Amino acid sequence: MAAVSERNQLSYIAGQAAESRVNVELETDGMTLNIGPQHPATHGTLRIVTRLDGEQVVSAEPIMGYMHRGYEKLLEVRTFPQVNTLIDRIDWLSSFANEVPFILAAEELMEVEAPPRAQWTRTILFELSRQANLSLFLGDMGVQLGAITPVFFAFRDREHILNLIEAASGGRFHPNYNRIGGLKDDLPAGWIDETRRAMAKMRQFCDEMSTLLMGNEIFEQRCRGVGVIPPDVALGYGLSGANLRASGVDWDLRRDAPSPLAWKDVDFKVWTHPDGDSFARYWVRMQEVRESTYIVEQLLDGLPAGPIMAKVPRIIKVPAGESYVSTENPLGEMGYYVVSKGDTGPFRVRVRTASFNNISIVPWVMKGVFVPDIITILASLYFILGDIDK
Amino acid sequence: MSQLLVTQILAVSIGDYWVQTVIKSLVVLVLVPTATAIIVQAFLFKMMAHMQSRLGPMEAGPHGALQLMADGGKFIQKELLAPARADKFVFSLAPLIVLLGTFLLYIVIPAGPNAVAEDLDIGIFFALGVSSISVIGVLMAGWASANKYALISGLRAAGQLIAYELPLILAVVGVVIQAETLSLTGIVRAQAQGEIFGLGLFGNPFILTQFVGFGIFLVATQAELTQPPFDMPVAESELVGGYQVEYSGLQFLFFYIGEFGTAFAFSALAATMFLGGWWFPGLDVDGGLLSNLIGPIVLFAKIMLVAFLIFWARFTYPRFREDQLQMFAWKYLIPISLANILVTGVLKVVF
Repeated sequence: MAAVSERNQLSYIAGQAAESRVNVELETDGMTLNIGPQHPATHGTLRIVTRLDGEQVVSAEPIMGYMHRGYEKLLEVRTFPQVNTLIDRIDWLSSFANEVPFILAAEELMEVEAPPRAQWTRTILFELSRQANLSLFLGDMGVQLGAITPVFFAFRDREHILNLIEAASGGRFHPNYNRIGGLKDDLPAGWIDETRRAMAKMRQFCDEMSTLLMGNEIFEQRCRGVGVIPPDVALGYGLSGANLRASGVDWDLRRDAPSPLAWKDVDFKVWTHPDGDSFARYWVRMQEVRESTYIVEQLLDGLPAGPIMAKVPRIIKVPAGESYVSTENPLGEMGYYVVSKGDTGPFRVRVRTASFNNISIVPWVMKGVFVPDIITILASLYFILGDIDK
Repeated sequence: MSQLLVTQILAVSIGDYWVQTVIKSLVVLVLVPTATAIIVQAFLFKMMAHMQSRLGPMEAGPHGALQLMADGGKFIQKELLAPARADKFVFSLAPLIVLLGTFLLYIVIPAGPNAVAEDLDIGIFFALGVSSISVIGVLMAGWASANKYALISGLRAAGQLIAYELPLILAVVGVVIQAETLSLTGIVRAQAQGEIFGLGLFGNPFILTQFVGFGIFLVATQAELTQPPFDMPVAESELVGGYQVEYSGLQFLFFYIGEFGTAFAFSALAATMFLGGWWFPGLDVDGGLLSNLIGPIVLFAKIMLVAFLIFWARFTYPRFREDQLQMFAWKYLIPISLANILVTGVLKVVF
């Protein structure tokens, strides 16, 4: 430092000052853009407060809770059979899949095992609700990026699945079909053949989407390299489901967790993608829908005969204890931590929903992207608002 | 005596001038909403619906044919709202300016040898010039709305429309070189009387020689109209309608007439410059009642063909990002159109 003369120092300081003046003159004011709570990209009432510099995002913060319905508290004043009706509404696009982990947790506490036919039927309907949910994503991604046609195709073909769920359970959106110890009814006549036909249609829908949307150069430009989530960050933020698999983490509860459901009896592949960008998330979900149709077909082939309901007492009292069961729902890991004190209703239920964790990565992943990319990333992270706010 | 004659002639000619002007203005004033209605009904309501495996409006009139009346009535009834912090004067002026550009476009489009509101010598130059007026309206709307989404949208629109003006004009230059005139009637005549490889039966529609220009013109038109895949200024899934977000009622309707009326006008320009305009084999290109009667029908059919292409792309593609759009314009469209001009010029000299 001694070598620097005073004169040099002074000129350096003067230079710095001049430069900073220029910077002051050219400094632009940032802008706070409030996306939501009412905004078409948020599928409901999610609010994202973004600081913008031009069109570039400096910081983004998701603010949740505009649709908080207090499920965990509500479940404390319900009996076990009543819980089913309520939790159908958490992730409203795949309601059947919401019921399963809770019922499994209750069955674990009661030490009841549903008969094999019930488990297999549950798995079939679980996969059907996965297809209903993800097929809508496949079209919705298009409409978020400006292509209006795919979403109509998605609604059209989701109808096949909803018809199947309706035929089996009576409800299109909220089946309320699970019971502790089995299912409400057996499958109706002709349902299996109808399901096979629907599976072929879903595969056709996937092919259609991959030519219409995924093969589109603009779509690739908008999605590739946008919102890249490295595997360690994804794990750190507790991402699950297709968002995690698209970052290259080979993790699927259907295969990795022990479950009384019938996934262990079928042969399926867990798709992963090394890129971790929005395109990878879209691709993984499309592969999952395809794979899911094959799972359903295998399950239909091997559907065992027998009763649909185990013997359970008329008034269900769950013995005291705690259990946590999670399954690989369409949006990711969904789990119920059920605490019972031996009453007819749960003492405390903690719901672990996938979207809450999936959306928590928004501040990390949205730094430095452009305003249109916010929409791409939100759409590709794929959340259901009821699944965030509960 | 002679003085009286001069006054008489002057009076008659002035009268003629005003009568003609009023008639022409009325025709254009009626034509623009009609064209918009046809475009919206045929493409936005019906074609889009059938492409998306749905029916579209079906209740009002046979097959939903009167839906536009219902929609128009709804828009007219609605209250004109302006945000509290908006610049009220600029805010209400903006849709009119957007509409002005659309109306001026219709003046120069020839639908027959004499069926043209004003046959300017610089017709195509005029058309491209007035089409840019809408940018000012969009910018005004974006700024005056006192809304952040509208502001972003206005900035995007300005950048985009300036970037795509250039390929639009450069694509036209090839046609102008080949037709040796800027007049739109002259361009139609050149196509009607031209011949390609010694075959003159169908004339020489410039799409045969200027297919590159036609493609660029359509792409740039799509961007000028802010339609998908270039609809960043509107972008209803991110900017929730952009500069239109604060408008309601009639003012919103004006933006719509501006958008689809311009779509019709640009389709007409493309049909005139590349598909032979109103001319059809057998029609007299220099005049005659038959040409003036059948010409508009032929032109209308060609316009519908071009508009079909534009709207087909609109309903199929996702939208670009702003930077990708600029890159597309400056890196691809403009060099290609410059090369097209070069090749056209060389061939024009050689042949």
